[in-house]
Amino acid sequence: MAHRTGIEVSLAIAEAARQAEVEVISAYPITPQTHIVERLAKMVADGDLEADFITVESEHTAMSAAVGASLAGARAFTATSSQGLALMDEIVYLASSLRTPVVMALANRSLSGPISIWNDHSDIMNVRDAGWISIFANNGQEAYDLTLMAYKIAEDHRVLLPVMISFDGFILTHMIEPVCVFDDEEIKGYLPPFNPPYKADPEHPVTFGPVGVPDIYTEAKKQQDFAIRSSISVIKEVFADFEKEFGRKYKPVESYMAEDADVILLSQGSVYETTEIAVDRLRKEGKKVGSAEVRLWRPFPFEDLRKAVANAKVVVVLDRAISFGGQPGPLLGEIRSALYPLEKKPGVIGVTAGLGGRDIMIQDYEKMFEYGYNYLKTGKEPEAVTIVGLRE
Amino acid sequence: MKLSEKPKWQELPLAASIVEPATSLEYKTGDWKTLKPVVDTTKCIRCATCYIFCPEAAYEENEEGYFLPNYDYCKGCGICAVECPAMCIQMVEEEAE
Repeated sequence: MAHRTGIEVSLAIAEAARQAEVEVISAYPITPQTHIVERLAKMVADGDLEADFITVESEHTAMSAAVGASLAGARAFTATSSQGLALMDEIVYLASSLRTPVVMALANRSLSGPISIWNDHSDIMNVRDAGWISIFANNGQEAYDLTLMAYKIAEDHRVLLPVMISFDGFILTHMIEPVCVFDDEEIKGYLPPFNPPYKADPEHPVTFGPVGVPDIYTEAKKQQDFAIRSSISVIKEVFADFEKEFGRKYKPVESYMAEDADVILLSQGSVYETTEIAVDRLRKEGKKVGSAEVRLWRPFPFEDLRKAVANAKVVVVLDRAISFGGQPGPLLGEIRSALYPLEKKPGVIGVTAGLGGRDIMIQDYEKMFEYGYNYLKTGKEPEAVTIVGLRE
Repeated sequence: MKLSEKPKWQELPLAASIVEPATSLEYKTGDWKTLKPVVDTTKCIRCATCYIFCPEAAYEENEEGYFLPNYDYCKGCGICAVECPAMCIQMVEEEAE
């Protein structure tokens, strides 16, 4: 049976990769992700995991080797953060367009500069349109569970796409949390062997990634977009099966006290759990507030989002990154655009907070709800970019 | 899948991969050239320099051991004519044949 144990979240993720029986790990250390691959390197060295650990000279190579391994028919794993993901960028796009079901653990960290090793979501927003299935984990248990589910989703022949699991750097990676860890026997067989439709095999030669002349490229892109859009049904299926088998429930859009809420605070990642505390406090004061999270970032769960916030009067979107000179938050832009076609839709306003590891306190969340109520009363939007917790 | 068939997106192999080997043979690049190499076999010493240098592997050995270009694939780059130690390869305008 599974046992509940206190474990550093990074190590729980490494444990999930081991139990997924990954065959190739190709990674480069970077704070705050390092503990994951450090532990996997130890497992391989100690003989606890039968896999090739490819030590590389950069993240660009880490992702290249992972893609190559996947094309050769191996279950591949990598992990990174921030600048590492930025350096991988070119191959991140290739992993999805080559349809390689690589799984990446992404410990969210802000992009330089100034240099920051601390948490926000600027790294993941930088690869928002890279074609990966992208899921947020809000605590250690979720990071562990989702790493296992990631392979189930990625390797499904209806999907065949890479998956990144995001979890907040330091806030989660370096935290010791209670995590229900499966016994090896219990989880064995959860993932069927990786069996891609094509692989690099001298007996059956295949050319991966050939030139896509103008007669081909358009159709290739449509095929890729169709695959990721359709993957939402497989993702929901994997979530439902996991719940049935192991009792823990995951949804593309999570929500808390949102059904009858006038104002909903919508966020992503570990802060979502703290917004629930703010909701509890404000509910005690009689305010009809709720919170929600876009857990599944790509493919974007349009219908689930619309259902989750349909009854609200205002949605306050909390962004953990800035789209400089733009929307101004990447999440805000997505939410507005997803709700725009609805006839009856809530007002949508945006705030930014928690950049580069700045803590967001309970009072800050209360302030965010206050912006929502102000908008409800006056119709006045907070100006772009309104950063809660900024010294000014 | 042949390029000329212009498949719909549903028909395209996964990730536009080429799942049959050696399909590049169907792609004849010979019509790119304006000049074609003509080998004078009376001067040729059968050293195979053209065969080695040809970037398209368009030279083929015949039964007598001479190396001659396959015009279906020769792009007319002229490297063979420059490298030939016997200077037996002339680049000739196709129309002027």
